[in-house]
Amino acid sequence: MIAALEQPQQTDTSNSDVIVASLEGVNKNYGNVRALRGVNFRVRAGEVVALLGPNGAGKTTAVKLLLGLMQPNSGRARVFGGDPTNPANRMRTGAMLQVGRVPETLRVREHIDLFSSYYQKPMGSAEILGAAGLEKLSDRKFGDLSGGQKQRVLFALAICGDPDLLFLDEPTVGLDVESRRMLWDQIRKMVARGKTVLLTTHYLQEADALADRVAVINEGEIIAEGTPSEIKAKTAGKRIRCITSLSVNTLRQIPGVTEVKEDRDAVELHAAEAEPVVRELLARDAQLCGLEITSAGLEEAFLALTHDTARDGKNSN
Amino acid sequence: MSTATMALSNTQIQRSSRHTATIYLKEAKYEFLKNLRLRMYTASVLSFPVMFYVLFGLVLNAKQAIGGTTVPTYLIATYGTFGVMGASLFGTAAGLASDRGLGWLQVKRASPMPPFAYFAAKVITSMIFSAVIVVALFALGITLGGVRMPLADFARLLGTLVAGSLPFSAMGLALGYFTGPNSAPATINLIYLPMSFCSGLWVPFMFLPKVVRQIALVLPPYHLSQLALGIVGAGRHESTATHWEVLLAFTMICLGVARIGFQRDQEKMYG
Repeated sequence: MIAALEQPQQTDTSNSDVIVASLEGVNKNYGNVRALRGVNFRVRAGEVVALLGPNGAGKTTAVKLLLGLMQPNSGRARVFGGDPTNPANRMRTGAMLQVGRVPETLRVREHIDLFSSYYQKPMGSAEILGAAGLEKLSDRKFGDLSGGQKQRVLFALAICGDPDLLFLDEPTVGLDVESRRMLWDQIRKMVARGKTVLLTTHYLQEADALADRVAVINEGEIIAEGTPSEIKAKTAGKRIRCITSLSVNTLRQIPGVTEVKEDRDAVELHAAEAEPVVRELLARDAQLCGLEITSAGLEEAFLALTHDTARDGKNSN
Repeated sequence: MSTATMALSNTQIQRSSRHTATIYLKEAKYEFLKNLRLRMYTASVLSFPVMFYVLFGLVLNAKQAIGGTTVPTYLIATYGTFGVMGASLFGTAAGLASDRGLGWLQVKRASPMPPFAYFAAKVITSMIFSAVIVVALFALGITLGGVRMPLADFARLLGTLVAGSLPFSAMGLALGYFTGPNSAPATINLIYLPMSFCSGLWVPFMFLPKVVRQIALVLPPYHLSQLALGIVGAGRHESTATHWEVLLAFTMICLGVARIGFQRDQEKMYG
């Protein structure tokens, strides 16, 4: 669990100052709905950034602005220092969007063949099929694929032009655990090739597993930004799980423990820092077993952050 | 940082004309394959005009004369028009409404696809299916209906009807921009079936009530069918130029409406 939190990506420091995508003071309204409010947001070369937020937070709007599929009401969206609608920029960009329906009667390799033709230097079709894990499905019609396989085709279309910048809008939404992990592996492979990636997700675990940097967005505003561990540190906390003979009341009195829950034969404690609590536990109960320590995870961090904004009205950090 | 940004600044893409041609060709090829494999499309669009022709032109009235020619010859012109109209309207509007409404068009727009290639593919595919329908009617008419005319007339008829795909493709693009993915097929039927009837594509024009015949004068399928009937010697002897002008004007109006839809889409979010 803790190992999974480590970032697979090493940022190429020579590139890390180059901004490849940005939203600058962007406001976007749909009628009376304010989808984005004064958003400033940057993605640097070689980075994997997750835009994390609940449904309706404005994640997809941010991606569509950066893809030039819509224009902001004020502020501007830039990719590679220019207009996202510029064909030269689109040539260096790949996008995986949420699609209700993809033409179902075309075969996987036909979809890939067509999209590859749009680009100047596409990857080879064997390479694309391999990178998206579609080798055995290339002759299947899109309509005959499972949900996870369909997502992999959309991923293949996003990467087929060998783009420098990859937008993935909720890449694993609705997938089962296995398909999700498979797509994560494929995303990591593209990251290893040095791609810059902006992904949106409402799966907190996904941001944690893939991103170098997380921007938390809620109701059209970025409410927190940092590495996954920095985000978690804001609501710092560890979960300690163990089997012990100590009573719940005794556990509550251990300094640093903020919460105690009984879970079947084990107990789960929450604490800002794990070490002092664990030392105390071991000192008091020599028979203690089944000890597990995990980070509280982005889930809690996220809930805390969004609750903070709700409580404080406006808390931009 | 500004220098770094400069280093990444844009250059216009320089696609060779050969590369561009390849994109257009593939876009059209896959649009064609997509529709060919779509039973909804082939079953309704291809088989209806052919079935109607077999039934009313070959089985029931084959020996009769109408408007100065035989029934099988006359009906090639009218069911040909009907077939072209269906292939073109469904070929453009249904796909466009679905692609737009369900997000697929956005994926394409986000790619470096030349936007015009998408529309061209739909129009070309409609023209190919139109040609297939007309040639099928020719084959049936010649072999089973005793249709005889100079080869040049067959060629003119085919050319006219396939060119007649354009106004209906334009209309389909306009409809595709102003209907949703679910409402598009119903909307097309609601327009195209009454329009076919009023233009004399099902019941020959001279048998229609007077009111309907007057409505027909403003309907594009009427003008296309009169051009086709003119070639087989069964037209109403109106000015050919006028028929073409009406079709051209109609095409321009529809393209204008489609353009409004296209621009409106740049600002709206779907899906």
